Amino acid sequence: MNRNNILAGVLSLVLLVVFLSVWQMLTTTTTHVAAATSMSPAEVETLTGKGMSGADVEAYSADGLTFDQIDQIAGLGLTRDEINSAGGIQSFGFTTGGAAEEAQTGFPSPTQVWREASEQIFNPFYDRGPNDKGIGIQLQYSLMRVMTGFVLAIIVAVPLGFLVGMSPLWNAAINPYVQVLKPISPLAWLPVALFLIKDSEQASIFVIFICSIWPMLINTAFGVANVKEDWLNIAKTLELSRMKTAFRVILPAAAPTILTGMRISIGIAWLVIVAAEMVIGGVGIGYYVWNEWNGLNLASMIFAIVVIGVVGLILDFALGQALRLIEYKE
Amino acid sequence: MSEYIVRADLLGKSFPGPKRGEENIVFESVNFRLKRGEFVTCIGHSGCGKSTILNILAGLEKPTSGGVLVDGKEVDGPGLDRAVVFQNHSLLPWLSAQDNVDFAVRAKWPEWTEKHVEEHSRRYLSLASLTEGLDRKPHALSGGMRQRVGIARAFALETEVLLMDEPFGALDALTRGSIQDELIKIWSDTRKTVFMITHDVDEAILLSDRIFLMTNGPKANIAEAVVVDIPRPRNRGDIIHYPGYYDIRNHIIDFLVQRSKELSGSVRTVPVEEIKTAGKLVYPPDVNPLNGAIENGSERKLA
Repeated sequence: MNRNNILAGVLSLVLLVVFLSVWQMLTTTTTHVAAATSMSPAEVETLTGKGMSGADVEAYSADGLTFDQIDQIAGLGLTRDEINSAGGIQSFGFTTGGAAEEAQTGFPSPTQVWREASEQIFNPFYDRGPNDKGIGIQLQYSLMRVMTGFVLAIIVAVPLGFLVGMSPLWNAAINPYVQVLKPISPLAWLPVALFLIKDSEQASIFVIFICSIWPMLINTAFGVANVKEDWLNIAKTLELSRMKTAFRVILPAAAPTILTGMRISIGIAWLVIVAAEMVIGGVGIGYYVWNEWNGLNLASMIFAIVVIGVVGLILDFALGQALRLIEYKE
Repeated sequence: MSEYIVRADLLGKSFPGPKRGEENIVFESVNFRLKRGEFVTCIGHSGCGKSTILNILAGLEKPTSGGVLVDGKEVDGPGLDRAVVFQNHSLLPWLSAQDNVDFAVRAKWPEWTEKHVEEHSRRYLSLASLTEGLDRKPHALSGGMRQRVGIARAFALETEVLLMDEPFGALDALTRGSIQDELIKIWSDTRKTVFMITHDVDEAILLSDRIFLMTNGPKANIAEAVVVDIPRPRNRGDIIHYPGYYDIRNHIIDFLVQRSKELSGSVRTVPVEEIKTAGKLVYPPDVNPLNGAIENGSERKLA
């Protein structure tokens, strides 16, 4: 068991490394052309005149930096060694010509994505106007929408699920609607919501609400309807009131099923918010992906996609932990 | 205060049959009385409706005809005047052993303080020989311990009447034996009226004051009530040496093997004279109100 876990971990890592190296190989062989810029003797002279050594000028031009860039570096008044020991020219705001070329000509390599990611991770909440906000802000918006829609769905679905689960009559009456409404793509509601609510923020919350409600409703009704007869008999022989039976016996008995429904719901909600935000625009992780695509910032787009996956994982993990707390063994 | 705490009169239960207008009669005109403080077991083959009778006493099922009086009040639903021990322990799996008993105690005496409730529960848990592992959930307890908690929960309600539906059915023979001892102990300490369903003849003889023998269904009935006059306190080891133990045992087994089938469907029963046993047999055992032998059920010592 334990040995298997370790093996699985090692295997996962191997797969990741293989995947990343293949990706890196495919993206660098075709596009990585860090061509050295050629420089006229007059230009070299200008630069050495500003106090930069000839060897440094050659090294920078071999890196693919243009005359203007090297000129700016020369303006710093530091040697190449000093700059390198301070973190390289990148930390002074320069990008090498090769890297710039790479990002524009082809699919980004893992190293580029990583460079982009490390920048974003250490400064997730920057805000430079409506179309340039940090990934943290984008996530904040998306998560707020998901949570609001999700909580509203809980408020409606759980009591309704109790009603449906406890009463076969209500179950039969409501079931046809659930069956028809459930397969409708939540995005199909978006135009309706936009027309009725006339607010894109609330419309996206409505879409989350409507997609979260079905798994919770169905699971709650199922959990409540399938509480063991024995436990209900206990409640009856103890003359518990209907409310007490609902809260002290049925709720704890059905809680794992209800929470499983919530877990499914939050997964769907996280899938749907990305699509909804692409349509609605403004701010949010889904719109961010779309916006980066439009600006051809592919590295940043890929980073955002990875972030979507990780956040989804965290949401699922959180509900999985909550489930473990209320789960019981028979 | 009447001598009899439970009166079941002309109980009948039937279900609609497969064809229209047809009825499956499980049992009809079942009559019996339970004396205050009496331990009565009921034995019969599967399908004779003994669990249904218990559920009717508990108020969990309604009889098709007839009715039950407990302490002079008609049973029209489950209630806190009767405690039930179910076949498969029926503990709430998300509560610990102690909490399961507390839960019941709190339902009966909502005005009690937390401390009072816990002490009360602990007293009954220790009567059922449970002093350790009380904070464990049912799944972490052995089958025997679970059933002990179930019994403690029922006795903790301090009801006059306890109903037990094959409480030891799922346990192995050794565990069963030790819990039987505990049941005897807790019952002699509290002297409540117990009505218990069992499949185990030795268990029935060990525990009971009287044993109801049921004929096979459909149209089952209580054919006989065997009085077990082996003096108490009884214990598993000595009881088999009591003269007459095997007579009672053989009589019951003979009934279950042979006569439960022959008598099936008849409301009346065989003449008592034909039964050869050393125990006292009562028939009608304060049983059949139709033939007038209700309250003073004539007891006959058989040679």
